[in-house]
Amino acid sequence: MSVDLEPVINSLKNEFPQDILGVKEYRGETTLLVSKEQIFKFCAYLKDELDFTFLADLTAVDYLEVKSPRYEVVYHIHRFGPECEENARIRVKAKVSEDELKIDSVTPVWSGADWLEREVYDMFGIEFIGHPDLRRILMPEDYEPFPLRKDFDVRNREASKRSFEKALEEGAD
Amino acid sequence: MGVNSDPLLGGEGFLTTTIEAFANWGRKNSLWPMPFGTACCAIEMMGVFASRFDLSRFGAEVARFSPRQADLMIVSGTITYKMASVCRRIYDQMPEPKWVIAMGSCTCGGGPFDSYAVVQGIDEFLPVDVYVGGCPPRPEALIDAVMKIQKKIEMKGAPVV
Repeated sequence: MSVDLEPVINSLKNEFPQDILGVKEYRGETTLLVSKEQIFKFCAYLKDELDFTFLADLTAVDYLEVKSPRYEVVYHIHRFGPECEENARIRVKAKVSEDELKIDSVTPVWSGADWLEREVYDMFGIEFIGHPDLRRILMPEDYEPFPLRKDFDVRNREASKRSFEKALEEGAD
Repeated sequence: MGVNSDPLLGGEGFLTTTIEAFANWGRKNSLWPMPFGTACCAIEMMGVFASRFDLSRFGAEVARFSPRQADLMIVSGTITYKMASVCRRIYDQMPEPKWVIAMGSCTCGGGPFDSYAVVQGIDEFLPVDVYVGGCPPRPEALIDAVMKIQKKIEMKGAPVV
């Protein structure tokens, strides 16, 4: 990305002096670490004041036995320039601990976050406070484990089988 | 089955057969497939239906998307547990007699997806008549499977109610 993100970062640092915990630059990609309490305000500021109108992706990472707190929620946010070369992209991360698996939903900021947050909830069990409709999106609704957690055995099909048998019984009526 | 073309009958003649043999002869030559395509194998299955490979040469070109009008289910593609209950319900809605082809490695045994979500072979919940390996199988392989189903109908048949 050839766009200089310096003014964006300075503006964010001015607005949130306490809440930016780190700025990393790697191969032209900028990553900000933000405290999770401010994530909603931070994202709203990015969208409303700095014109980052497009949430390209929202996902999470499980750093079991690697980092503490265990989870990071990751936002890839995009700003469209008048020209193609003026597009800008920024990555925002927020740490979420195992004891308090909650973070504010950004669906009111970008409505496209709706299903992305549902997917993160489905795969990691992270709850999004203020989400309009937080249900599982990929796995069956009565499925219990969170399959993308590192302590989940990826070959464990027991829960899937239970959901399948239940769906069969319900379908038989 | 016997053929009688005695000139005394005016040259028109008649066939003698059993109801079972006659019904199964009809069934085998007019299979109506229910395509249950969930992944890349379905593309190959469409190729089999289309003009280049032309499954209609075997009397099986009328792909019925309603299970109630079909008697051959071609399951082609990865079946997850969430999809499995749907697949089973559609199979249950098909009228007897019915046959199932498991097309591709995923339906035969899970393929590369040894994971929490994927059924390791649709014979966990469906009675499969013919398995076709391959990822995806060549259209010729699916044609061969349909011919095997035809042979099975010819040899074993199904009761006539």
